[in-house]
Amino acid sequence: MKTREEIAERLAASGYIADGELATAISLMQLLKRPLLLEGEAGVGKTEVAKALAGVHATELIRLQCYEGLDQSSALYEWNYQRQLLAIQAHRGEDADAVEDRIFSEKYLLERPLLAAIRRDKPPVLLIDEIDRADDEFEAFLLELLSDFQVSIPELGTVTATTIPHVVLTSNGTRELSDALRRRCLYHYVDYPDVDREARIIMTRIDGTSASLSLQIARMVEGIRKEELRKVPGVAETLDWAAALVGLDVRDLLEVPETVHETLMCLLKTQEDKARMTREVTERILGKVA
Amino acid sequence: MSCCGSTLDYAELDEVSRLVSTRLAAFLRTLRDNGFPVGLAEGRDAAALMASGYAAKPGLLRSALKHLFSARKSDWEKFDGLFDAFWLGKRVRSRSMTVGSTKAANSPSLKSLQDKGSEVPGNQSATDQVPSSDDAPDGRSGEGKMEGASRAENLAEVDFRQLADPEQIEQAHDAAARLAKVMRTRLTRRDLARRRGYRLDLRRTIHKNISHGGVPITLVKRQRKDKPLRLVVLLDASGSMSLYTSVFLRFIHGVLDEFREAEAFLFHTRLAFVSDAMKEKDAARALDRLSLLAQGTGGGTKIGESLKTFNRWHAARVLHSRSCVMIVSDGYETGDAALLGREMAALSKRCRRIVWLNPMMAWKGYAPVAAGIKAALPHVDLYAPANTLQSLAALEPYLAKL
Repeated sequence: MKTREEIAERLAASGYIADGELATAISLMQLLKRPLLLEGEAGVGKTEVAKALAGVHATELIRLQCYEGLDQSSALYEWNYQRQLLAIQAHRGEDADAVEDRIFSEKYLLERPLLAAIRRDKPPVLLIDEIDRADDEFEAFLLELLSDFQVSIPELGTVTATTIPHVVLTSNGTRELSDALRRRCLYHYVDYPDVDREARIIMTRIDGTSASLSLQIARMVEGIRKEELRKVPGVAETLDWAAALVGLDVRDLLEVPETVHETLMCLLKTQEDKARMTREVTERILGKVA
Repeated sequence: MSCCGSTLDYAELDEVSRLVSTRLAAFLRTLRDNGFPVGLAEGRDAAALMASGYAAKPGLLRSALKHLFSARKSDWEKFDGLFDAFWLGKRVRSRSMTVGSTKAANSPSLKSLQDKGSEVPGNQSATDQVPSSDDAPDGRSGEGKMEGASRAENLAEVDFRQLADPEQIEQAHDAAARLAKVMRTRLTRRDLARRRGYRLDLRRTIHKNISHGGVPITLVKRQRKDKPLRLVVLLDASGSMSLYTSVFLRFIHGVLDEFREAEAFLFHTRLAFVSDAMKEKDAARALDRLSLLAQGTGGGTKIGESLKTFNRWHAARVLHSRSCVMIVSDGYETGDAALLGREMAALSKRCRRIVWLNPMMAWKGYAPVAAGIKAALPHVDLYAPANTLQSLAALEPYLAKL
């Protein structure tokens, strides 16, 4: 059990610049043994939180990426059918019970993320990414798993969790999640970082950025976010852009407005947004950066 | 707050914890009243949390409880205000006042519109039923028709604005709710009948045939799972639509109740997300909750701006490839018509179909000449009248084809 201050320190050490409330959320996760549901726009670093959390606990990160049509066999476990068939052929003539015992043993079980997460010796971080993309049915199944932490495999028996994993769920809000799932989780809304925090993120993540350049980039991005864009750039885009600028040997944005405008493609991802960010708009925002 | 020193004896400690838990229970009630999904488990956890040192500083307690009690972004945003108001006695900022907002009292609320619709006392009905704008053609001429042989059947063809007596209105409301239900069942059944495997699922086939020693005797087919149709209704609740809003609200209530996937929005000068409020089982209570949400109903309409809000903040969540957006509006835009056109174009890129229901369309001599509707029409897939129950029902085969 770690205190909030320790958690904040460890988060920073693992390269994640958290806002104060996230540390509270993580300490609550430990205290109440509840999963943490992270919501927020795409690209604000929800997945990074889970990675950093694995760093904090110095443990493994097991990731389940959700998609439409995700079912038990790719999330929980599956039998290795091919090997089972081979085993049947190879042991032809043996006692039927013996063959059955053989092919329904651990050796032929394919562990998928959810099963893996409850069978580790040290509690891992289980990241269930983009839960909103999975179907309602899967969500219901997940609810059951998250409350009991045991899985029943008909051929093998019930597998009870050896450790309770730290569960982090993320959602982009493409679908409304069920109230039941929301209630079971702690909730944290991940917002775009403020200028100060974003500048610090840039400094930690991209080598070779000076404090002043990071601050300029962060201010510029904040200005761009205020424009009415269809796809607002996230932190990941900011980092791309910062890396591009460093790569082009830019020391001060104000000196090279041309380069700034030309490299905006790192931030703007639709045709409409590109058309909207004309040279004049870039210069106007750049003017505010100074 | 229980910032007690270590010198207290046990009786005093008990007293303190009793006070804290009473206070906490009251806070939980406040949260529930504000629409937070707070159950017993959350209450227990909150008590555990306060006992384990989180109550030492108000800021820390606020942050901890915020994570525990919020379940969605709207909760997340209004929690701080509620917390400060309850524990620290600060004034609640206006954005967190979803309940009992002062503005709602000044402008006619939805509930009052609804009441106006259903408690018409005799001769007043005529003034209540005729729209304030002068575009309305001969309003009351059709009334005689209603005294025919079968009332129920006739009702289907009567224009909503000509429904006067409360009983009829009640019937119309019920019919609207029933209609929504029937639409949903039919759509679902079609969905199921279409499912037939068309591709071989190799993994499952092998699995299934292990009992045959691996000889593939039983074949397992893979079938595409149909996404259920999602209906997103945007209802115009402005003054010019006031005669129709109450019936459509009932229809929407039915739709939300019966369709597996449906969302509802209300707009006038701004857009309000009303699905949550409308999910209340009892229609009257749903409307009650709605009246708190919808401030300024019965005023002008800014369709373009409302759509812009929708496109920007809600579309990604509520729309997918098999969604149908149903806009119920008369198309009298008091804002910028060009903006409406642009936003309609953006919307049409995002969803399968846009259906625009216009109650005025069936009126004699009505032509879509208002600037708003003119700008919107090129992007609309189906433009239909919706002034009677029959015309609503006529939509169903169209929706089934999507």
